[in-house]
Amino acid sequence: MATLHFLANPARFRRFSQRVLPALSAVTALALAVGLYLALVQSPPDYQQGETVRIMFVHVPSAWLAMAGYALLAALGAALLVWRHPLAALMARAAAPVGAVFAAVCLLTGALWGRPMWGTYWVWDARLTSMLLLFFLYLGHIALSRAYDDPERGDRAAAILALVGAINLPVIKFSVDWWNTLHQPASVMKLGGPSIHPAILTPLLVMALALLLLYVTLVLLRTETEIDRRRLDAAELAA
Amino acid sequence: MKPASLDVTGLSCRRGGRPVFEGLSFGLAGGELLALTGRNGSGKTTLLRALALLVTTVTGEIRWQGEDVVLDRETWRRQIGWLGHLDGLKGDLGVRENLAIAARLRGEAPDRIDQALAAFELEPLARREVRTLSAGQRRRVALARVASTHAPLWLLDEPLNALDAPSQAALRTTLGRHLAAGGLVIAATHAPIDLAGARILELGR
Amino acid sequence: MTGFAALLARDLRLVWRRPGDVMVVLAFFVVATVLFPLGIGPETNLLARIAAGVLWCAALFASLLSLDRLFATDYEDGALDLLLLAPWPLELAVLAKCLAHWIVTGLPLAMLAPLMGVVFGLSGEGLGALCLTLLVGTPTLSLVGGLAAALTLGARRGGALLALLALPLCVPTLIFGAAAVEAVAMGDGFVTHLAILGALALMALATLPWAIAAALRQAGE
Repeated sequence: MATLHFLANPARFRRFSQRVLPALSAVTALALAVGLYLALVQSPPDYQQGETVRIMFVHVPSAWLAMAGYALLAALGAALLVWRHPLAALMARAAAPVGAVFAAVCLLTGALWGRPMWGTYWVWDARLTSMLLLFFLYLGHIALSRAYDDPERGDRAAAILALVGAINLPVIKFSVDWWNTLHQPASVMKLGGPSIHPAILTPLLVMALALLLLYVTLVLLRTETEIDRRRLDAAELAA
Repeated sequence: MKPASLDVTGLSCRRGGRPVFEGLSFGLAGGELLALTGRNGSGKTTLLRALALLVTTVTGEIRWQGEDVVLDRETWRRQIGWLGHLDGLKGDLGVRENLAIAARLRGEAPDRIDQALAAFELEPLARREVRTLSAGQRRRVALARVASTHAPLWLLDEPLNALDAPSQAALRTTLGRHLAAGGLVIAATHAPIDLAGARILELGR
Repeated sequence: MTGFAALLARDLRLVWRRPGDVMVVLAFFVVATVLFPLGIGPETNLLARIAAGVLWCAALFASLLSLDRLFATDYEDGALDLLLLAPWPLELAVLAKCLAHWIVTGLPLAMLAPLMGVVFGLSGEGLGALCLTLLVGTPTLSLVGGLAAALTLGARRGGALLALLALPLCVPTLIFGAAAVEAVAMGDGFVTHLAILGALALMALATLPWAIAAALRQAGE
């Protein structure tokens, strides 16, 4: 049993998450149902974009979550490197693919939206290009954390990468924006800003909340799985 | 200068969630040799790396002349002559070149190289490129590198590996001279080191 | 500083003993750039338009190509332990190694790129801008690539993983480097671009040696 001692803290987390997860899943499902109803049925079609504007209700929150998810990876990386917190490593391992999926959803919905809007699936729009690079950063993190026979080495290497990536992300964003204005002066569309209509804002915020809950649920669930997997490995080593 | 002393208390180390060793304590004074023995995987290499602060430990303290070594890592590294399980030699550089560069990397004068080369009968090979040498010859070069440092504490991982009988004798002579000069040696080894006054710490029980 | 100088001299001497390794990288750069006219067609106007981007991308790939050996040889022969145990900061050792890498790849690439620029029909000022931006930009590539090389020490699929890690982080340098050459071709100045490239290099210099040293320490564990 002494072998499993280091998992004491993750074990406590596991008990906590097992208690929280059922309720959280139910709330998530409810929020998603309400959000989708508001977004797909209740909200009016845009007078210019028609029904396609509804893609935004998934596209924009996905972008927010993908960015916030990378910030979380960096925070977890710092927690691992500074305090050697074992749970941080497991959670980062669990959170990275979820963030990557949100980035991918953002890119895919962006492409689907682009077809009716711009007449093509992909334009080198500044936001989409930044999101693509963020997606690559996620891929690097996922690949690096799984590239070692010793999972703890992968955790620490990925933690360093997440920190460096988070420092560089604003620079990448800035340079892509600059590159975009250089090559493509006319802004294709404007989203956000104070002029947004409440009829659209409310479903957008509800969807953002619902997807945030979904993100948290998935990360908790996957962290549990990682804890179990690590515990199995430890048990196998001890046997 | 105070006489050299090393005190290790309650050292524990874990890898992959598994303890490698736990609550290890020992002391070593100038002129003493500690042989680490134990089966494969008993943590000899990890202990050497933990002493050099290459591996982080979970608990425990390493004191050199009464000072916790974590407080001044660079001073501590200056005390260590290191022989890992890899030789740490550059194949494209000559034997003497390797030793000279190692000395400069440590910020030391290269004044003990001739003596070290002589001790391991390496003078005829001094200009040869290391990649043309045999495994045993390389091990001798790596040992000569340790012997050419000014470090009082030698940490040696399997120093007898790949050495023939005359080279083993040369190593014993060199170790004896280092100990006589007040140096300390910790060596992980399978074969008995056969040196008067060697203490033994068996790991993995 | 003696340790820094000794390590820099050692790495340069090692390269000097095996000049083939550097030659292969430079040859890759030349061959890769020559492939573009062959793939796209020999139309001079088009080639001159894409020259900046192509040459910068090829320089980026070439410098990444040589990076996977930067720390790997020291890792494999045990010399990394001696660097970790040297009684001076590991961050300085990292800088010495990245500087050595830049001297043997970034510097020759910056000298070679204008030659390839001529083949692509760049103007005289364009060639100067290409050389200058590469001089200022390639140190960043050496540091970013150095981080990727340190992070992938001992990893499975090292080489491809290294590129995946380094390329997104190299995007700002690529954008401003290529844009500078283009700006000159349009008749604008490129001082701003050069200043931003310099700022990117300084930022890399201020942050990455610590990250690389941390990566090397955890590789030593």
